Amino acid sequence: MLRRRIIPCLDVRRGRLVKGVRFRDLRDCGDPVDAAARYAESGADEIVWLNISAGEEAWAELLRAVERAARRVDVPLCVGGGVDGLERARDLLLAGADKVSVNTAALDRPELVSDLAGRLGSQCVVVAVDAARVDGSWEAHASAGRRPTGRDAIAWSREVVERGAGELLVTSIDADGGHAGYDLDLVAAVSGAVSVPVVASGGAGGPADMAAALAAGAQAALAASIFHDGEATMAGVKQEVAACGLPVRS
Amino acid sequence: MSTVTVVDHGAGNLRSLRAALERLGEDVRITSDPSAVEAAAVVVVPGVGAAGPAMERLRVTGLARAIRTAAAGGANVVGICLGLQLLFDRSDEGDTKCLGLLPGAVHRIDWAGTVPHMGWNDVTPARGDALADALPAVCYFAHTYVAEPEDGRDVLATTELDGRTFASAVARGRVAAVQFHPERSGPAGRALLAALLRRGDAA
Repeated sequence: MLRRRIIPCLDVRRGRLVKGVRFRDLRDCGDPVDAAARYAESGADEIVWLNISAGEEAWAELLRAVERAARRVDVPLCVGGGVDGLERARDLLLAGADKVSVNTAALDRPELVSDLAGRLGSQCVVVAVDAARVDGSWEAHASAGRRPTGRDAIAWSREVVERGAGELLVTSIDADGGHAGYDLDLVAAVSGAVSVPVVASGGAGGPADMAAALAAGAQAALAASIFHDGEATMAGVKQEVAACGLPVRS
Repeated sequence: MSTVTVVDHGAGNLRSLRAALERLGEDVRITSDPSAVEAAAVVVVPGVGAAGPAMERLRVTGLARAIRTAAAGGANVVGICLGLQLLFDRSDEGDTKCLGLLPGAVHRIDWAGTVPHMGWNDVTPARGDALADALPAVCYFAHTYVAEPEDGRDVLATTELDGRTFASAVARGRVAAVQFHPERSGPAGRALLAALLRRGDAA
């Protein structure tokens, strides 16, 4: 039986692991490869790295970290943030990432999704959909949630799947960082609208929230600070999910 | 220790596969040189992406013929993920003629609620084999197509997805392949990769 996945997300700046609140007050927290390996050993089903630095030098540093991770981490690694076209997506895959996620570049040039899927294969193309509630629906945002695009997030989700996206990483901008649970309506709406796996993101305050996102239709639930700050463990989350009758990898 | 020859057909990331093989103590050679593949004792056919472009590259570079020559000469041939699909006669993906080392065809997963089949799933042994020693196991999958072997005896292990099972590991003589990614399947994957490399010697 296909297991629901629990995924820790690590913010990476210039190849280093950082922590902060909404990208502010960032602290260096060591080597992201060490952290990824620790999470993999403790039962993470997959690791997501979000690159939050711009520029060529930072990109090179990211690639070197991905190369090291590919050698040490034996669960899948998805990397996003700064993927502005085919070349960078290919860079990441050649460095050893299993999947790449795109957001802003796809919103600016939707044909990029078709291009990536056609050349690299749908199974490694993840589209990150950052959505905020507006008048009873959700609007897709670009540039790390700062730029509204006028696109309906559900319609956009359908479009990228038609273009070949193999997975959607759906983040609620409203819930992100609030620790009060995922936007379950958003999770259910996107999961019901597309045929590819949906990863729920934004708002996890504890294991029960992650279980609720999976029960709402997500194939995977992603969280950052509750894992990094030691408020939840992989084992604890999986126990909670299993108690809800959903299959997990022990 | 033996040398494992990994076929590099330009389809991307071989770093994690190399690392996984090296952790098993194997001497790994990654090559796109057909003569090196022809002469190899253990040939690994990896791959992600689409069948059409992958076969095109294998054909143009002469690697397709080299893999068949190696197989005919008694090499252990191991396919991983797309590599499994390429070992069969043909694939519906891009209507592609494949290597023809295993009888059967590759079809799109058209019955599941969610496609690609992405994530960790059970691999259950279908018959006794060196690979079965490392099963059952939970392994990582990421694929949209599945192989249907013509001969049911070639099925080594199966996996259930939304009420239907498909062949997640296959073998015929010294040719063996898995649909999941052992190099991304934690400790369970490590044991399976070791068994995969070993099983050809018993065949």
